Amino acid sequence: MHVAIIGNGIAGVTAARWLRKLSDDVRITMISAESDYFFSRTALMYVYMGHQRWEDLMPYEPFFWKKNRIDLLRRYVERVDTNGKVLHFGDGGTLAYDKLVLATGSSPNKFGWPGQDLRRVSGMVSAQDLDNLEEITPEIKAAVVVGGGLIGIELAEMLHSRHIPVSLLVRESSYWSNALPPEESRMVSRHIVSHGINLRHDTELAEIQDDGGGAAGAITTKTGERIECQYVGLTAGVHPNIDFLRDVAELELGKGILVDDYLQTSVPDVYAIGDCAEVRNPRPGRKAIEAVWYTGRIMGETVAYTLLGRPVAYDPGIWFNSAKFIDIEYQVYGEVPAHGRDGLTTLYWEHPDGEKSVRINYEESDGRVVGFNLMGIRYRHEVCEKWIARGTHVEEVLQQLGMANFDPEFYQEYEAEVVELYNRQTGKQLQLRQKRGLKAALQFLNFKRRAPRATATPDAQ
Amino acid sequence: MPSKTTQKSLLQYIGLGLFVLALLTFTAMLGLERYQLSEEDLIDTVAPDPRSVQDGDGEAASTVSAGSSGGTSVQADDAPAQEPVTDVDPKARLIHEIQGDAFREAGRERGLFGTTFGSSFSFSARVGEVFEAAKVRVNERVDRLQEENALPEGVSEWDIRLSDPIYFKQNLAALTAAAERGPVKNNPVLFLGLTIGLGLLGGLLYILPKFRGHAGIKNDHVYHAQLTKGLNLGWRSFFLGVTTVGIIGYGIRYMASDWFWPAVTAATALAIIGLVMFVQHSWRNAPARAADPAGLSAYLGIFAGTYLIGFYVLLYWAPEHVAPWITMVDPLKQGLFGGVASQWFLYGVLYTLIILVMGVRMIAKYRHNKYQIVRTLSVMFFQTAFAFIIPEILGALNKPQQDLKNIWPLDYDFFFGWQLDQFQSAGALGTFMLVWGIFLVIVGVPLMVHLVGKRWYCSWVCGCGGLAETMGDPWRQLSDKSLRAWKFERWIIHGVLVAAILMTALTLYSYFTGAESLLGFQTWKVQKWYGFLIGAGFAGVVGTGFYPLMGNRVWCRFGCPLAAYLGLVQRFQSRFRITTNGGQCISCGNCSTYCEMGIDVRAYAQMGQDIVRASCVGCGVCAAVCPRGVLRLENSSEDAGYRTVPERVIHVSEEEGVVMKF
Repeated sequence: MHVAIIGNGIAGVTAARWLRKLSDDVRITMISAESDYFFSRTALMYVYMGHQRWEDLMPYEPFFWKKNRIDLLRRYVERVDTNGKVLHFGDGGTLAYDKLVLATGSSPNKFGWPGQDLRRVSGMVSAQDLDNLEEITPEIKAAVVVGGGLIGIELAEMLHSRHIPVSLLVRESSYWSNALPPEESRMVSRHIVSHGINLRHDTELAEIQDDGGGAAGAITTKTGERIECQYVGLTAGVHPNIDFLRDVAELELGKGILVDDYLQTSVPDVYAIGDCAEVRNPRPGRKAIEAVWYTGRIMGETVAYTLLGRPVAYDPGIWFNSAKFIDIEYQVYGEVPAHGRDGLTTLYWEHPDGEKSVRINYEESDGRVVGFNLMGIRYRHEVCEKWIARGTHVEEVLQQLGMANFDPEFYQEYEAEVVELYNRQTGKQLQLRQKRGLKAALQFLNFKRRAPRATATPDAQ
Repeated sequence: MPSKTTQKSLLQYIGLGLFVLALLTFTAMLGLERYQLSEEDLIDTVAPDPRSVQDGDGEAASTVSAGSSGGTSVQADDAPAQEPVTDVDPKARLIHEIQGDAFREAGRERGLFGTTFGSSFSFSARVGEVFEAAKVRVNERVDRLQEENALPEGVSEWDIRLSDPIYFKQNLAALTAAAERGPVKNNPVLFLGLTIGLGLLGGLLYILPKFRGHAGIKNDHVYHAQLTKGLNLGWRSFFLGVTTVGIIGYGIRYMASDWFWPAVTAATALAIIGLVMFVQHSWRNAPARAADPAGLSAYLGIFAGTYLIGFYVLLYWAPEHVAPWITMVDPLKQGLFGGVASQWFLYGVLYTLIILVMGVRMIAKYRHNKYQIVRTLSVMFFQTAFAFIIPEILGALNKPQQDLKNIWPLDYDFFFGWQLDQFQSAGALGTFMLVWGIFLVIVGVPLMVHLVGKRWYCSWVCGCGGLAETMGDPWRQLSDKSLRAWKFERWIIHGVLVAAILMTALTLYSYFTGAESLLGFQTWKVQKWYGFLIGAGFAGVVGTGFYPLMGNRVWCRFGCPLAAYLGLVQRFQSRFRITTNGGQCISCGNCSTYCEMGIDVRAYAQMGQDIVRASCVGCGVCAAVCPRGVLRLENSSEDAGYRTVPERVIHVSEEEGVVMKF
């Protein structure tokens, strides 16, 4: 069997790796027009800031692909012929496949702004975006970044590192307020401002103006304000890369490529995973398209089983995510809606320095803990996940809370303060019984007493 | 305007300027002095009159274990040199008569006295000529004595004859010091201020403003700066190859043209290259990553590396050319501890000050991270107190200058005969030193590594580690993360450990049996070669000189036999591991990039494996630079090996579908 994978991002690469882990016989071809080798897209910013070199973003050494017999093709797929099971490349070549995995990722949103296709206007998603930005940087005296999401703040930080004055336009009244609860959102806003980035709340882009030479020279906002700039970063979300699939017969598309519970598209032997996949029946509380690293990885692994005739339904598990807002680290586990919901109670503790916080969400009715949101403090994924999966009572969680702490040694532990806050708010007399430490966490997770979840051989020794 | 540099304040530019000025003065002062030798100084140095010997030569006679440098001590030549003199020793008198006369006559004939030499090079060259001429004269006299059978009882001809000029090195340095004239000699304190003082001031002016602004990860422009961006694999290999060939080549001369051990070393090196490249298939099947920047780049890094290499070469193997540096720190030595400064005192002063100043920088850089602060304060303390002040005080009290935190086999001469004799002759204190040193090797190391990992030593206590973590921090990203480098690492570092054990076994055999050799291997030659190759060449010249070229832990990663020993315990019998946080890794690579030991941390983290690696020194920087809170250094009695299987990012099990099972 020959499996062709279009896209060498985390979803496609995970699928390829797991195919090889599960089967020695399958032939695997991975096609990308973007880069020769898989790289960590989320780390592009570090190359621009000079923290790392381009090759440092590659999680595997070049020999890895040969050793695991994963063929890499640097080609652009222009057309997919699902009847003949053939891929047509931009340079005229073709490739026959037995099964096809679409892992084409996504591109920055453009909302029809005048001037959005000018030179020196771009997103920050691909390797080409990075090259392009590096090339035009000498021309940039000031920059505007549009969009208060995860990429927006990264792009602002990148430009800031080159001492370019940056204005960050955010439609809402605080940073990423459609994903972060208000306190955390305001915390990040404060942090952005304290770093000298010109954060503009309640500001929307109206038009990008030509500098006379076909490149961005200024923007105007919807209130008519004009901001001079030689670069405009568009970071108002992403959309799936599906344009080249529009005329594929029988392939049902929504915003993304529609897939069933087994990540199969409407066309037999064609699957879609990662940012480009739109799940027809998302789990309660989950979105149909989740363009994050982790779901791409889980999908890639899941589809490998299905491709080999061992069908496994896609389950994204308990939601988790993380990010870093300049210097503030962020982790979320479980349900942390930006605007809360009925029946959900939240315990929010914030450090006096205004750059650390712990939020624990639980059901008002029965006290089951459902979510954790951390700013500037690290918590253990597995411990939080297990508490959430089991529906552990919030008071039990609070008394054991130190077990979740994952901050480095010698860092101050704030769990006692969190418990104290709960006591103040509820009149209870809880005590913190467990401090930070691996041993308790391992015992809680029943390590050594159960078999590992999967015992595959490591990729490369 | 956009720029690829970090912003610096005016004060920082002034600091930088002062530092450059200090470095220029430090370098140029070596050329300022003139050299003029008197007959008396020559004779007093090479063949002192035993009747007029004073007791002021303690510093020169006691072999200074350069504790401040960790394992980089270089021992005074204990080869066929003169025995310590006693008042009525006929041998000393004969040496004084025959060698003294020969040197005096040769010196007069060659115009050594009364001539003022413009540089240490022309002076050394002339002394070399005098030595050769004196050697001929001495040989004639000894031949005649032998013909006449006039050698006194108990004195061998080899006691009197002059041997290979390499053994004259120590005397040469002493002669240069005695002959030195000029501005530094006249104003040592002035030059101390202009170099070390100004450098300190400049460094602090540059570093202290870093405490302003936001705390957090400060790696902006590391790969843009000419000082820290490093070289690609080809150029790295070139510099390493040239240096290695140079060291081994000079080693033949160092061993007085006995090429046996240099040849063994070269053959071993070739064997390791062959093993990794061809037997383990790194050449064809596993080529290393491109590891740019392409071409020759990082000019400032190359300059810094070359400067450091040059500094170590002069310090270890040509101290006759650094007399002004030693002269400059002499008042410091006299004022603080008494006695005469040697090149090792100079080295100790510089080493300690650099760790202190660059330690402040490290704290400024990681001031948001309490682990880094505590750890850095620890290495600053151990260097200052244990490696520098305590040995100096011990020396002033005429006790063995032992660095009590230095452990065999890093402290490779701990079991040398002269060292053991010294311990035994130093009363209760000496016995304590001996017992403490053995205790550390047998109990301290395994126990501590079991409890907290090898980090307790390598990144909290050790002097080499201290320098790497402070002065070396700007270059930590330059370590090679390829699988190929890891293969080299394992062969080389364990090879050095085996060499250290064999060398010490031979040493102890000789010590207890009195035999000078075993199976034809002469103990003193093995010791001398080990000291030259590993103690000085690897730990010093390559270990520190290659900071800007191959990262700050070249010695600790590839060479240190103690690190190998600690690592074996850590790998197989320790509670220490780096845990990964579930599925949060995004494979960004910051952890791997900033791992000074070249561990590909990401390879484990992205699979959710805990990391148990022999080489990990537990510096904690991977956990610090991780943007997603994935890594944590932990100790636990729960089995570490169990969690090193890849499992935790995996949410799929065929039997049960996608479920989390607890």
